[in-house]
Amino acid sequence: LSMAGRGRGRGRGQMTFNVEAVGIGKGDALPPPTLQPSPLFPALERRAAPLPGGEEGEYMLALKQELRRAMRGLPYFVKPGAPRRDIERYSDKYQLSSPMDNAIDWNPDWRRLPRELKIRVRRLRKGRTAPLVPKQHVALDKEETIKKLESLEKKEEEVTSEEEEEKEEEEEGKEEEEEEYDEEEHEEETDYVLSYFDNGESFGPDSDDNGDEAVY
Amino acid sequence: MTQAELRLCSLLLQEHFGEIVDKVGSSLLRTGPRPLRLLVGDTGLLPDQVKKALCVLIQHNLVRYEVQPRGYVEYEAQSERILRILRYPRYIYTAKTLYGDPGELLVEELLLHGHLPMSSAVARVADRLTETMEDGKTMDYTEVSSTFVRLADTHFIQRCPAVPESPQSSKAPPPPAPALAIAEKDMYIVPRLSLVGKGKRRHSCDEEEEEGERTAKRQKQEGGSSETPPDDGIYWQVNLERFHQHFRDQALVSAVASRMDQTSSEVVRTMLRMSEVTTASGASHTQPLSSNEIFRSLPAGYNIGKQVLDQYLALLADDPLEFVGKLGDSGGGTYTVSILCDVGIRSLGGSPSPFPHPSLIPASCRFGSRCARIFRLLLRKKHLEQKQVEDFAMIPAKEAKDMLYKMLSENLVSLQEIPKTPDHAPSRTFYLYTVNVMAAARMLLHRCYKSVANLMERRQHEMRENKRLLEKSQRVEAILASMQATGAEAAQLHEVEEMITGPERQQLENLKRNVNKIDTSENQVDETIFVLESFIESTMKRL
Repeated sequence: LSMAGRGRGRGRGQMTFNVEAVGIGKGDALPPPTLQPSPLFPALERRAAPLPGGEEGEYMLALKQELRRAMRGLPYFVKPGAPRRDIERYSDKYQLSSPMDNAIDWNPDWRRLPRELKIRVRRLRKGRTAPLVPKQHVALDKEETIKKLESLEKKEEEVTSEEEEEKEEEEEGKEEEEEEYDEEEHEEETDYVLSYFDNGESFGPDSDDNGDEAVY
Repeated sequence: MTQAELRLCSLLLQEHFGEIVDKVGSSLLRTGPRPLRLLVGDTGLLPDQVKKALCVLIQHNLVRYEVQPRGYVEYEAQSERILRILRYPRYIYTAKTLYGDPGELLVEELLLHGHLPMSSAVARVADRLTETMEDGKTMDYTEVSSTFVRLADTHFIQRCPAVPESPQSSKAPPPPAPALAIAEKDMYIVPRLSLVGKGKRRHSCDEEEEEGERTAKRQKQEGGSSETPPDDGIYWQVNLERFHQHFRDQALVSAVASRMDQTSSEVVRTMLRMSEVTTASGASHTQPLSSNEIFRSLPAGYNIGKQVLDQYLALLADDPLEFVGKLGDSGGGTYTVSILCDVGIRSLGGSPSPFPHPSLIPASCRFGSRCARIFRLLLRKKHLEQKQVEDFAMIPAKEAKDMLYKMLSENLVSLQEIPKTPDHAPSRTFYLYTVNVMAAARMLLHRCYKSVANLMERRQHEMRENKRLLEKSQRVEAILASMQATGAEAAQLHEVEEMITGPERQQLENLKRNVNKIDTSENQVDETIFVLESFIESTMKRL
């Protein structure tokens, strides 16, 4: 058995097939061997054909972007739960509800799913209940106003506010208000004399000139 | 599945469902079917997060589950279905062209939520339509319902497999997961519901409606809180295959139109429409239709005589591209439409058509029209020697050689050896250039997936780079909106507008233009993906 073509160095770059048939003539200079990886952006020999315009294309473009935006707002867009803070902070009460890991924000039909997937559903109250009864407590009104401002702000910022999210805010607000109310009640029953507590409300022209802060 | 597909699926999931769902979906795609416990380990996420993600994926038909004989449940991701997310705008737009705004919104809601009961879908769409109407006007449920029924009748939407009826007293413990199933005949049956009501506007607090109607409507809309909806347990989803069939029909009609004329294309369109629901999704031909039937079904505007129709049918049947085949003479002649997707190749053989063979796209765009000429030639003649290529294509030898090598290096064409003697001596062997269509199609499809993934990444990069500016612009918009609501003067509004400087405005415009361009390109590539996938699928079926 003759092992043809095994000779190294005899005849430059011999191939197993007749190179002439493919079109490389004898003595033709082959391109130099490449010693580096190809460039990141190879030269663009030909520009791409322009995108077809037209009503259909534009409408589909709008649909695509709209769809993307809408899906980000749906509960199917799963966000990681807010990491646990090291200390419970006072401002936590006023934070708008953040995503939670151990609750799902929509109500799947659990009959259609494997039982092992079931986790707690975060109930979102549907349908606006009667407008919140104005509470007598002064502090409570403040909370309500803050909540209203926040929800208004959120309304403005969000291009589409999912109905559920708004209701959720109302619901959370209501829950928190009730919570707040309870705490206020408890506070009133403490031993501390409330008049010693300065919540800064009295700052203004009708406050005593206590000289703590410079008045211009 | 290929790396390119995996990467694209991951990007799609991340963009539409977030990182967590992406991690879970991608992990399943990489590993294949997995039980929950192992999946949690694979992804490194919290168990609750994985469960939530699976619920979302199953809801949207992107992941299936199956109870294994050993008793545990395995989850499997459907890569093909995930890639369809790219096509959602096309489905929605098609629904709009066929069934107007209610149709468009119904399909959109079904795609956004994966599946919905009819009562819920109708209510949502009625609400959305009401939002767009003038003050005081509302969209009635009946119009939306009737569109829903039409979508079901034409098979564009279908019922989801349902939970089987469980026997009242079963001693065995319930299975870990339900085995959902549905009979073919039940798929398109719309439950008899009397959906009464009108759409509700989001911000109106008090509506001037009769008490009775309001409570009835609230019951229907709160669905699940007070009483179970009448169609409880019956869910609907979009039938993607039917849309694909529609796209194929559209392509066929336009190919006929460009090759022959408008009227012939209308004849073919009519034939296809008549066979819409009787043609199985993988069939190669429609059911036979008699020319009398066709004549009766022509659209109202087309008053061509029966004889003229027969002439058109004869012409179509005689055409070498075999769009239409004649089966017999009963009923004035029976004809079928051949739906094979390699109609693209056939259109090639003749004049250039607006439905070019997908391989032509890279051939002409990347290598020029002369390469395209060579490519087309090879498709037609199957095998050619170097010299023959030069002669037939009328291209000088040097150029032809160069082009052939380029295409060879890109695997668009390949070399076939035909030895003359048993020892395969090179000097006594024919070397023929040929196009291996399936390989070329697959290669191109792979490249398409890569392209879309690259486009998406670039688009996301652009958005990230300009994040600060985008946020600023959104804040300014919000302020402007609130100021306008409280009736601010023009001067004040102008002052706020000035917060965004000229160069920044320019930057925002550039960003918008680029993002739009990229998005449009993604839509465009998906069209090509559809053609290639259909072609490969139909060719595989015939083998």
